[in-house]
Amino acid sequence: MSRATGDDLSYRRPVPLWWWLHKRTYFVFVMRELSSIFIAWLVLYLLLFVRAVGRGEAAYQDFLDDAASPWLVTLNVIAFAFIVLHTITWFSLTPQAMVVRVRGHRVPGIAIIAGQYAALAAVTAFVAWLVLS
Amino acid sequence: MADEIRVEVARYRPDKDREPGWQEYDVPLRTDWTVLDALNHVKNEVDSTLAFRWSCRMGICGSCGMNVQGEPRLSCATFLTDYAPGPVRVEPLANFPVVRDLVVDIDDFLEKLPRVKPWIIRDEEKSVDDGEYLQSPEELEAYQQFSMCINCMLCYAACPVYGLDPDFVGPAAIALAERYDLDSRDQGARQRLDVLIEAEGVYGCTFVGECTRVCPKHVDPAGAIQRYKLKAAQESVKAFLLPRAFR
Repeated sequence: MSRATGDDLSYRRPVPLWWWLHKRTYFVFVMRELSSIFIAWLVLYLLLFVRAVGRGEAAYQDFLDDAASPWLVTLNVIAFAFIVLHTITWFSLTPQAMVVRVRGHRVPGIAIIAGQYAALAAVTAFVAWLVLS
Repeated sequence: MADEIRVEVARYRPDKDREPGWQEYDVPLRTDWTVLDALNHVKNEVDSTLAFRWSCRMGICGSCGMNVQGEPRLSCATFLTDYAPGPVRVEPLANFPVVRDLVVDIDDFLEKLPRVKPWIIRDEEKSVDDGEYLQSPEELEAYQQFSMCINCMLCYAACPVYGLDPDFVGPAAIALAERYDLDSRDQGARQRLDVLIEAEGVYGCTFVGECTRVCPKHVDPAGAIQRYKLKAAQESVKAFLLPRAFR
């Protein structure tokens, strides 16, 4: 699309297909959106893992064998990188979306972010304890 | 420091050009000169045909927004020395149709802004005799940040959602809706929600966050939109769960 016809001589600039490569912030945004696909994959993978555990020793061993295949390791390493990106970006955006007030005073953004990381650490520690013990 | 800097300015003369082109001007590089000073120098001394908007020169009026080196900026608050040795590229604000040179057509924004009713709405106006609407410092603080918007439209130029879908109401309009929603004197939240809950309203936003980054007044439109989404979601849940009388 370029110029409008008729009396309107204003020029409409087309948005290029690769607009998201023009700025670092746009690129990070698109990667953050893309990370949702990998989150979905890891949820599915976790469900498959639970199903394998539920089906007994042999199924569990098969699952572990599959998990060690190079393509699955590669996929999961990439998925993990995207999950880290997803976590960091969304945690850092939370204070903009949520206004938390304690005794009439607004809680600073850094405290909200720290709270999320603390909660993540607590849940991780609990799951680690559950699995390892 | 060199005593001149090259400024590459996008030119579009609708009577002559099929599409915008570039014109280069060498202007004095002075520490106290902004991009707007450079354009005024060109206009006054070199080429009087150059068209651009400006007014206050002090970041209040919001008229002189342009894309400088690809970033939406107020040209009156953007210093040439930050781009030395140059060249520095000046284009009209992105995402708006170009009328001429650096002048963009802002009709779309002017049509959208009143849709969110950015003024105080009362169910019943108090009479003058009843006195003013009092407000505590905490009540002022609740909306003050969003009241700093100068309608410069840099956020629209930075927003890829608006670029791709011009029906999106856009960052500044939603931030201003939030500004009045948060005002203790206002009772119009319901009316604004009816406008912003539409697909082109808050849910059009994918939280790129670029509007907040470029805002010269630190308004944080992205934050306002996400807070509005939260509010809209709560209203939807209430509408689903509660009988009308309890909403």
